[in-house]
Amino acid sequence: MFYSEKVMDHFRNPRNVGEIPDADGVGEVGNAKCGDIMRMYIKVKDNKIDDVKFMTFGCGSAIATSSIATELIKGKPIDEAVKLSNQAVVEALDGLPAHKIHCSVLAEEAVKAAVEDYYKKHPKTKTKNK
Amino acid sequence: MIYLDNAGTTKMDEDVKKAMLKYFDEEYGNASSLHSLGQRAKEQLEIARTQIAKAINAQPNEIYFTSGGSESDNQAILSIAHMGKLKNKRHIITTKIEHHAVLHTLEKLEKDGFDVTYLDVMPNGIVDVKALKKAIKKDTVLVCVMFANNEIGTIQPIAEIGELCKQKGITFFTDAVQAVGHLPIDVKALNIDMLSMSAHKFHGPKGVGALFVKRGTPIFSLIEGGAQENNKRAGTENLAGIVGMATALTKAVKEMDKVNKKLVKLRDKLIKALLKVPHSALNGDAVNRLANNVNLCFEGIEGESLLLMLDDEGICASSGSACTSGSLDPSHVLLAIGRPHEVAHGSLRLTMSKYTTEEDVNKVIKVVPKIVEYLRKMSPVWDELEKGERKHVL
Ligand SMILES: Cc1ncc(COP(=O)(O)O)c(C=O)c1O
Ligand SMILES: [Zn+2]
Repeated sequence: MFYSEKVMDHFRNPRNVGEIPDADGVGEVGNAKCGDIMRMYIKVKDNKIDDVKFMTFGCGSAIATSSIATELIKGKPIDEAVKLSNQAVVEALDGLPAHKIHCSVLAEEAVKAAVEDYYKKHPKTKTKNK
Repeated sequence: MIYLDNAGTTKMDEDVKKAMLKYFDEEYGNASSLHSLGQRAKEQLEIARTQIAKAINAQPNEIYFTSGGSESDNQAILSIAHMGKLKNKRHIITTKIEHHAVLHTLEKLEKDGFDVTYLDVMPNGIVDVKALKKAIKKDTVLVCVMFANNEIGTIQPIAEIGELCKQKGITFFTDAVQAVGHLPIDVKALNIDMLSMSAHKFHGPKGVGALFVKRGTPIFSLIEGGAQENNKRAGTENLAGIVGMATALTKAVKEMDKVNKKLVKLRDKLIKALLKVPHSALNGDAVNRLANNVNLCFEGIEGESLLLMLDDEGICASSGSACTSGSLDPSHVLLAIGRPHEVAHGSLRLTMSKYTTEEDVNKVIKVVPKIVEYLRKMSPVWDELEKGERKHVL
């Protein structure tokens, strides 16, 4: 198989799909032109990712990487979640085909964009954090 | 399993397999050998050549066996380019919807100083012969237009192009890989100078094809070695494959009318049913298209995830999305007919064969709209379309 069992599991049963209407931060990355778009919603409580949801337009690995990224950051302190790397995403999925690595980069970027949006909307929290 | 990727490759016909087996077991001779085993191989080789010639109304000595469609395309184009160089004619006309076997060969020639015109096609995926006529220059040496497109199934105005090229004295090559065995072809009536075919697209074996070269048209060898194929293609002939191709083509021509009649019905049923999915569109002309080809775009979703989900339902299909090709760009054919990138990513190609049943089609009609709806629900693009933040194009 082209994709690992883990990728197919997250593709077939994506975790945390949907939107959070009153999200504290929303990040959207990628563009429809190149074929993958991810939108990540986060809800923050006590400086932790209390809830996270995603919507993705893209290939199997785009959907699987979004799904696993939400699992990897859920419940984590923000400053830890924001450090999520694409390598960590790829590893958690038991690898991705070489030409699909760019999809995992999007997952990393989506989390960062959502956190950035949260800080922009809640500037005080950021200073408190530092 | 419901196999709807017959433009990719086809299942070998049982009769074809049976016809081939003998050439692995008893009749394994080399057609260049003098002994009787070799001579019988030679005889069979020529019978196969005659059968293939007959299927397209050519002469046997106008058929050259190759390893398939890609090699035939390369050899046809490079042969004429070679002649062009000698005559100092370096202009070639082609279309933006050719197969990569043609496009990449032409790109190589461009680096070698050739001037290539890539014609746009009309929004229905058909070449405008008037535009082609206008593109002809004094030093045009080759016109290269495929017979039928492998992605959207559109059938090109081959007779008109053949007539035009004949008048202008320009060599006309057509990549007929998707047409041979599927459409009636008479190379004489159509004024075709060169034509490529590939056995695995008409229920024959993979790795064998042929190039038709009209007598008097120069042909240049790409593979040097022995004197096989009239010195134009060295290498011991793949006799089992060649016999398989001849058997498959003879049968395909015989069954063509019956199969096409059935497939047109199934095709139109599929198209009609799938176009009921909101914001979808048919790619390519609805009438001038191969009987087995359905190609649609669904807005707001991406093709690879659609294919993976279809695969889980036991349906084998294909798509022109970037993520299925390994590059960042979606299908050049869908872009050429004017589909925006984001729409081209959401394409689905279903290509049937004589083995496709009404039951198969009914299952697809049931499953595809559900998957599209599911994927749209998780798509931020669809969300924006629905909220009016992004404009619908379909
Ligand atoms: C239009 C067209 N040309 C050329 C080819 C290449 O043929 P082959 O796979 O036999 O090399 C194909 C098959 O994919 C095709 O569809
Ligand atoms: Zn992707």
